[in-house]
Amino acid sequence: MAKNISVTIKFWKQNGPKEKGHFDTHELKNIPDDTSFLEALDIMNEELISEGKEPFVFDHDCREGICGMCSLYINGTPHGKTERGATTCQLYMRKFKDGETITVEPWRSAGFPVIKDCMVDRNAFDKIMQAGGYTTVRTGQAQDANAILIPKDDADEAMDCASCIGCGACVAACKNGSAMLFVSSKVSQLALLPQGKAEAARRAKAMVAKMDELGFGNCTNTRACEAVCPKCETISNIARLNREFISAKLAD
Amino acid sequence: MAKTIDSKIPEGPIAEKWSNYKAHQRLVNPKNKLKLDVIVVGTGLAGASAAASLAEMGFNVYNFCIQDSPRRAHSIAAQGGINAAKNYQNDGDSVYRLFYDTVKGGDYRAREANVYRLAEVSNDIIDQCVAQGVPFAREYGGMLANRSFGGAQVSRTFYAKGQTGQQLLLGAYSSLSKEVQRGKVKLYTRYEMEDVVIVDGRARGIIAKNLVTGKLERFSANAVVIATGGYGNAYFLSTNAMGCNCTAAIQCFRKGAMMANPSYVQIHPTCIPVHGDKQSKLTLMSESLRNDGRIWVPKKLEDAKALQAGTKQGYEIPEEDRDYYLERRYPAFGNLVPRDVASRAAKERCDKGFGVNNTGLAVFLDFSESIQRLGIDEILQRYGNLFDMYEEITDVNPGEKACTKNGVDYYHPMMIFPAIHYTMGGVWVDYELQTTVPGLFAIGECNFSDHGANRLGASALMQGLADGYFVLPYTIQNYLADQNIWPRLSTDLPEFAEAEKAVEKEIDRLMNIKGKRSVDSIHKELGHIMWEHVGMGRTKEGLEEGLKLLKELRKEFDTNLFIPGSKEGLNVELDKAIHLRDFILMGELVAYDALHREESCGGHFREEHQTEEGEAKRDDENFFYVGCWDYQGNDDKAPELIKEPLKYEAIKVQTRNYKN
Amino acid sequence: MSLTGIALILFLLFHASMNVVALISAEGYNMICGFLGANWYAVAATVALAGLVVLHFIFAFWLTFQNWKARGTDRYAVTSKPKKVEWASQNMLALGVIVILGMGLHLYNFWAKMMLVELVPCAGNHELATNGVYWIAETFSCPCYTVIYLVWLAALWMHLNHGLWSSMQTLGWSGKVWFNRWRAISCIASTIIILMFAAVAVAFCFGYRPCDFNDVVNIANACHAGGLC
Repeated sequence: MAKNISVTIKFWKQNGPKEKGHFDTHELKNIPDDTSFLEALDIMNEELISEGKEPFVFDHDCREGICGMCSLYINGTPHGKTERGATTCQLYMRKFKDGETITVEPWRSAGFPVIKDCMVDRNAFDKIMQAGGYTTVRTGQAQDANAILIPKDDADEAMDCASCIGCGACVAACKNGSAMLFVSSKVSQLALLPQGKAEAARRAKAMVAKMDELGFGNCTNTRACEAVCPKCETISNIARLNREFISAKLAD
Repeated sequence: MAKTIDSKIPEGPIAEKWSNYKAHQRLVNPKNKLKLDVIVVGTGLAGASAAASLAEMGFNVYNFCIQDSPRRAHSIAAQGGINAAKNYQNDGDSVYRLFYDTVKGGDYRAREANVYRLAEVSNDIIDQCVAQGVPFAREYGGMLANRSFGGAQVSRTFYAKGQTGQQLLLGAYSSLSKEVQRGKVKLYTRYEMEDVVIVDGRARGIIAKNLVTGKLERFSANAVVIATGGYGNAYFLSTNAMGCNCTAAIQCFRKGAMMANPSYVQIHPTCIPVHGDKQSKLTLMSESLRNDGRIWVPKKLEDAKALQAGTKQGYEIPEEDRDYYLERRYPAFGNLVPRDVASRAAKERCDKGFGVNNTGLAVFLDFSESIQRLGIDEILQRYGNLFDMYEEITDVNPGEKACTKNGVDYYHPMMIFPAIHYTMGGVWVDYELQTTVPGLFAIGECNFSDHGANRLGASALMQGLADGYFVLPYTIQNYLADQNIWPRLSTDLPEFAEAEKAVEKEIDRLMNIKGKRSVDSIHKELGHIMWEHVGMGRTKEGLEEGLKLLKELRKEFDTNLFIPGSKEGLNVELDKAIHLRDFILMGELVAYDALHREESCGGHFREEHQTEEGEAKRDDENFFYVGCWDYQGNDDKAPELIKEPLKYEAIKVQTRNYKN
Repeated sequence: MSLTGIALILFLLFHASMNVVALISAEGYNMICGFLGANWYAVAATVALAGLVVLHFIFAFWLTFQNWKARGTDRYAVTSKPKKVEWASQNMLALGVIVILGMGLHLYNFWAKMMLVELVPCAGNHELATNGVYWIAETFSCPCYTVIYLVWLAALWMHLNHGLWSSMQTLGWSGKVWFNRWRAISCIASTIIILMFAAVAVAFCFGYRPCDFNDVVNIANACHAGGLC
């Protein structure tokens, strides 16, 4: 049975990428603890609007943990602390204590400038994908799907790598603002599958070069990214990316 | 003057129509393609695949999405799988059978020729996606694995864990990214289409709002394609994403594109039940759970009462006191009956007082038997991530043993209840996917074409990708073939200026209402009206009452809405208000269509029209047509009905039977 | 970082094994010191080693600067470190600086007296230059030095423990299986290296001397007393 709790939300307000931001606070009283965290923010926004204030802006969409849109840094952890990988929208109020102050911040990284409040611009991820996160196949060119045999283990591992939702929690958690986990997940998926082999070398080089160009930091293997990844991507992907990248460079 | 409607179905036997069409359609030569621009609104399965395919062919594509990236489109949330008639399982599948199942599943209200084409290209989709590197599930021999889904007696569903939609969308997104890199697609993220611009009777561009700056911008092209999804959020609570809206579609409707069969709304049987009035959305549990889960309510009313009061738990009810009502009523299909049948059966039990949670609006989905049969490891392998998701939300783990009685292990059953999920109705399109406005095309969920009155599981992904990869890129050429004689239109034309001014004026109007109520509070009220009066079981009185309430709600919206902030810059509330304005109109359309359709079919159930056993009763004599609604120049005026008669050549129309 | 790091780890392994000899035989140890005197190969190795350190050092600062820039201007108000994240991994630069400072002291204590004197005429006592054991005993007879060295070694342990597997990860020689293997190897290798170093320091501090210590050191004292240049 749900019980009610009261919490204080301390949330980041910022008008634009160049503006100076600050924290605002709002008290939420008697929230049923089976409410999701984002629903609690909805309630807060309703209260703010009823006071004639502008609501707190944050990204969110599917609210079932798959679109990768939600991106809040809650009490020092991207997406908030949960036992297993979960996104902000899968966080429930039962994870908080009655009377707790919850600090909500945006992803902070040079690669993700703030648009407003806790909404950040993650266009850089699209640009990295455009640099090489695909197989060059035109519509209608493909052979029969079963013509390529893929061992189950390879397919399963590729699937795990492909689970990345592109939320950016890895970058947000990394003290180096590095996007390696994101990039390596895509590179790994395609490196594990025969379909991706033809372009593997080009892909690894192009995606890494784009990532560097866009101002993301380097990987120093702190593992903060895998600790917060809502889809449990692991740094073995990063090792694979390094392998692909080094062998591509050596082949040049 | 009533418009006429021509579905442009090609001549010939059903199996040859699409080949005939492609053989005789007009094409655009490679050099001319470079001169032609196409706007694609939306980056879901249909939008992204169409944008990528058109760009590969050489057209210049402008692609818009409201999110920060094309990869966020709600196609990503589809869990279960995608159908194709590959017959890899050697269980007797074929293009014809997939076609037949889809038409039957759609309760004989879909257009035959479209569905056949869909079944025909389904196999190409799987090939295409595998080539893109979509990691579909495999067997140990390296071949693709399949599973079965509701409404089918063969295993034809391809899947990638419980994230098939995600993987297919990422596949389409990767193709799109490739074309962006090549410079053939220009991508506009965080842009929303606010209006379609008509020049000389043809769609020649759009007005889009840059959601970050709040500025309106004009875009011109030779054709406009909308791939903007369905209108499920008109019900406020649905499995749709928060941002899903029907503004683009409704704006096209206002500009002359007809809306077809809006009353066909799919209610998904396996969602997590509503828990409180603060809830923002409903979470779907994949239909694949019905493969191994058994749906039940207590046989005895007193057990149900105890469950509702919280004095008893589901696992405490012994096997003999459980009513597996789907297996009882539909022995042939059991728990795998189509979605509309399963949903209504759940509602029927709950209406009779057998609901199992505190609101009395839930039924059990139980894995005890399958865990006994297959072992917990196998079940976790199949559904582990769904169990985790369920536990995350409800704090109950369906894979956890609750008790053992008489040597039988009982596990915590899941609770599920139907929720609004998908809209079969949508913008009317002909065989070429063109709306009643020349040059304006609609693909994916946002059109009405392929699912009839009910969509089968794993068919939405199939339709979105079929439209985007294999149908529209052909049919649009038939339209564009003579369009290169027109010069690129300047956005300075008066038509563009006028459209922009109208949008600007509308935004000012909304900002200046300055009433007292937030967008969400009105939206919630809309949801209540829709669910109560235009929901799962509809009646003439209820629908009339609903229409009355919707009119009042519109008045409330127009006079008492409050949007904080200004129209400059990012204003989330303003954007939501625009969506809500169109949801109200859409709601009315659903109600009008439901009211006029004096029969029950698929997702549309009129309580007056049911058999003695409570099954849907179709009226093929009087309602064997597509109901198309035409805008009458004003939101307050009732739309006009125009009928597109259905002609079935290949399939004999009969009563749907999932009993034996 | 990873390549220079691994080379330096190999050097440390060699250095540590060499030191252990001092616990067994003073003569043996001094013989090794003699080998590594002012010979062309020893000098070349020293220069190469110095080069490695400088490279490692420059890369470290360049990397840290880039990463600091990538982090952006605003910092989080609240942070919490996930359990998985080792403290060392996020503080490699700080640990590196401690290591460098310790190394300065170490060079002053030993290298200046054992190699530098041989390279620079009249810089000090040439006879004692090859008498490593003497200098070990001399240095660690002061407990302050021993404590400082132990702190230094602790920092080095943390640096190595993260550095070794991290290098392999960066070089791409890792994966789901090898990740755990490398972690174990890192831990074992860095512990062995550090224990070897620490053993010498602690043993000499507590008065332990190898059995032939007196013979060897007496000669040295004789030279010392003779004030030879």
